[in-house]
Amino acid sequence: MALKGNIRDFSILQLLNLINLATKTGALYVEGPESNSRVVFRDGKLSFAEFSENGKQLLQQLVEHEALSATQVAPIAARHATPNDKEMGIFLLNAGYLSQEQILSTLEQVYADVVRQLFSWQEGFFHFETGELTPVEKIPVRLDLENLIIEGARQTQELEELKSELPSLEMALKFTDRPGMNIRDVNLSVEEWRVVNYVNPKNTIQQIAKATQLNDLEIRRVVYALLQAGLVELVRASGAPAVLPQKMFPTKDPVEQKSLVNRLINKIRSI
Amino acid sequence: MQTQTVKIVVTGPFNSGKTELIRSVSEIDVVSTEKKVSSEREMVKESTTVAMDFGRITVDDDLVLFLFGTPGQKRFDFMWEILSEGMLGFIVMIDSTRPETFKEARSILETFHAYAPTPYLVAANKQDLPDAWDIDDIRLALRLDKNIKILSCIAKKKSSVKTVLLELLYSILEEMDKNH
Repeated sequence: MALKGNIRDFSILQLLNLINLATKTGALYVEGPESNSRVVFRDGKLSFAEFSENGKQLLQQLVEHEALSATQVAPIAARHATPNDKEMGIFLLNAGYLSQEQILSTLEQVYADVVRQLFSWQEGFFHFETGELTPVEKIPVRLDLENLIIEGARQTQELEELKSELPSLEMALKFTDRPGMNIRDVNLSVEEWRVVNYVNPKNTIQQIAKATQLNDLEIRRVVYALLQAGLVELVRASGAPAVLPQKMFPTKDPVEQKSLVNRLINKIRSI
Repeated sequence: MQTQTVKIVVTGPFNSGKTELIRSVSEIDVVSTEKKVSSEREMVKESTTVAMDFGRITVDDDLVLFLFGTPGQKRFDFMWEILSEGMLGFIVMIDSTRPETFKEARSILETFHAYAPTPYLVAANKQDLPDAWDIDDIRLALRLDKNIKILSCIAKKKSSVKTVLLELLYSILEEMDKNH
């Protein structure tokens, strides 16, 4: 039977667990609200992973993970431009830039990062194509899933806790009015500073997450820390719908609405 | 003329006093759908509301106020969105003697506010008990904005409940004035 569904009902963590236990070989495709991904497994081990819209080539991945410097990469890219990662890998080995272990361990990090990001997805259709292998031009790895599953379980638990603290990302943030407080004196992480730049009652937390490219877990983590530190407070977004929803009153006439509330006040006073 | 109905929702963590608050002012016996408590953590009382409490205050021939109490346990939170639809405002009840429930109260408050951005206030119940936290400390613990009212409350006393309801209605009037 086809392995397909929605990660809302069957999470990435559960899927990984299943693939690991059943030592499956194949490609898991996940179509998220804003991104698509492909994760390939061989005999229940992680072999390859990418987000389809920003499938990066080997040189770029090696620079991003500091296995090679940008200065080293520029002449290589100029002389040996190839979209085939395997060919590039062989060139790097033969030219003595990197060892096989260095390339593989970087790719393990790259692919594991894709899976880590998938853990924070709450919604998205998935299907598993049994037997599909890593694309021929890409370099496969063989990474045990156990550690990723444990990490994912921790991440899921943390997300649940943060969700109970911060259930809605449709709220906005504003700086607290605390006399004498200067945010420049506070030690913030890079991510926290990025979020702080967007703190404004006009921006919902969801919009800040999009602007700062933080996923659900990351934005909640940062906002929770800022809230706990008393630097910001939650407010309704100023662009949000009118304060009083339409359905509150049985009448749309503001005068009648006010009269209705005054009648309620008089009644309760008299009870 | 058809009778007009409006509703106020009373929400809050398990055993915060929602049913008691409605019972204090409702002119009918509160229609309560209670069930034996199953979770050990929640064994502080024998039964809990599983669907909703329902109370009524008839204002006059053509206006009735309904008071709906939400189930306090998180596993019934699927009811919250339904109950919040069309509400005039809501009251978040908290048990002032059980700080372990404040975090949940904060979460419930934000969830309800996200469902319907209507006026609300926090009623700090059981303020007559010796272990009750001070209102100012509860405000800080709940990270309440200074514009949100938090009132001392004793849910079994009608006068106290009347004050809570009146303050919510005053807040609704204020919001209406801001909007028109």
